[in-house]
Amino acid sequence: MKYEAVIGLEVHLHLNTRTKAFCGCSTEFGKEPNTQVCPVCLGFPGSLPVYNQAALDYAIKVALALNCRVQEYTKFDRKNYFYPDLPKNYQVSQYDLPLSVHGFLDIELNGQLKRIGITRVHMEEDAGKLIHQENASLVDFNRTGIPLLEIVSEPDINSPEEAYEYLAMLKSTIQYLDVSDCDMEKGSLRCDANISLRPAGTKILGVKTELKNMNSFKGVKDALSYEIRRQAEMLDSGEKLRQDTRLWDAKAQETIAMRTKEGAKDYRYFPEPDLPPFIIKEDKIAEIKKTIPELPKEKMQRFIKDYGLTEYVAKILVASKQGALFAEECLKKTTDKNIKSVANWIIGPLSALTSSTCAIHELNISADNLAGLVDLVENEKIISNLTGKIVLEEMCKTGKTAKAIVEEKNLAQISDSQSLNSIIEEAIKENPKSVADFKAGKANALMFLVGQVMRKSSGKANPKVVQELIRKRLANA
Amino acid sequence: MSIDKKTVEDVAHLSRIELGEKELEKLSGQLEHILAFIDKLSSLNTENIAPTNHILPLNNVLRKDEPQSSLPIKKTLQNAPEKQGNSFVVPKVIE
Repeated sequence: MKYEAVIGLEVHLHLNTRTKAFCGCSTEFGKEPNTQVCPVCLGFPGSLPVYNQAALDYAIKVALALNCRVQEYTKFDRKNYFYPDLPKNYQVSQYDLPLSVHGFLDIELNGQLKRIGITRVHMEEDAGKLIHQENASLVDFNRTGIPLLEIVSEPDINSPEEAYEYLAMLKSTIQYLDVSDCDMEKGSLRCDANISLRPAGTKILGVKTELKNMNSFKGVKDALSYEIRRQAEMLDSGEKLRQDTRLWDAKAQETIAMRTKEGAKDYRYFPEPDLPPFIIKEDKIAEIKKTIPELPKEKMQRFIKDYGLTEYVAKILVASKQGALFAEECLKKTTDKNIKSVANWIIGPLSALTSSTCAIHELNISADNLAGLVDLVENEKIISNLTGKIVLEEMCKTGKTAKAIVEEKNLAQISDSQSLNSIIEEAIKENPKSVADFKAGKANALMFLVGQVMRKSSGKANPKVVQELIRKRLANA
Repeated sequence: MSIDKKTVEDVAHLSRIELGEKELEKLSGQLEHILAFIDKLSSLNTENIAPTNHILPLNNVLRKDEPQSSLPIKKTLQNAPEKQGNSFVVPKVIE
């Protein structure tokens, strides 16, 4: 039978405040275990939590950017459960009056726009970290109490690809807000998924599985793809699906059922008596709204309109806020004729020079210098594309202009026929077979000869001119 | 509301306490009594009264995002029944 997947995603996001949600302990990552803890985040009796103003502001900012309705009255609740990484035996979270509800995020897949509903964005706190040893577990509470947002999507996602796009768009949007580094490797962005299948075209909901332990966007996509296959096989063979929680094993590329006790999940939520509620007025919302920059979706649409870029190129350019700022600076400094080339140089050769520690705007290349390079390649034909890439690398290393490097290293293309003819003669003399092949109508032979000339000129010959000259020369022979 | 033994067992598990057979009997009676007492509240008419989410007339109690010093590691681990290096040690639990 043909099935349709029904997927909802639950994202947990660290807010990059300097201090924790309810105490002044630092949130800095990677410190020695238990050096960033205090009576509040260790859950000592008698300690009193006070919420972080910045965390509330950031939370509202995210809610607004995700088109949610921020509720005027919101409060914290206690979610009770026992686990060693949770020193209070409850997590401060939100239950019936969350910060915000009814949002959406638009994603694009294969040129199709799709709106994914967002059920709620609410505030909570993170738990500690457990390191399991053979006979015991070690607990590090540094992460305990770091402000988290839980972002819950509606079950509007129907394929692993859509789930991936949703996450990519969510991450990009949140990064534009400067409220989280969204780094899955550091655990500052985590994602769980709910997935069920139903016969295509029907509206009934099937038995759902909760997937955990995916530590990359690709992991989410792979886990969902696996789960669709697994559930479809079970349904096809008439087996009954059980509602359970499964862990993604990235090495084995499969999901494994977690042992769960029947009825163990009873969180007994109740209002947190230590934290009074929040009343969020219109003026506060308006004030925060003003701090939201142009978001990736709008920026992409503007790039397409203002610079005549394709959707594909624009989407790559706007993926990160800093990258988009740099790209726009470059595009502004370019003549209209070169705009598409500059965009292609940014997403191609320039992006190839970036690394996880050095983003595109951090490379030693100014917008002016990039425009200068593209001009040398595209307009003045002083260097070939290939030489351009070498020059670009040199520019990154030295910060010099393309022109200076071309002069210094004598890289300018040889385009005048006089200089080229002697090399061409040599190539023809050395490769009689290719000459014969060409005359017999084999087009590839011409490219081989051009390649020989390029080699002999150390890549400096203008390949287009060389091709022309060889063609003429052989036609006359 | 009647509280059977099964309910008491469930609540005991959630609270991570162990109860013997006699205690289960005794507690189910007691809890039933307590709940009946609390249940008197439902006889009141609260139709026009907003739910009380917090008992104090306070809201928007917030602090600035400014780091304060944390506890020294010695103090943090002072009451730990077992420790290893900088970490608390607990029985191995993998859910």
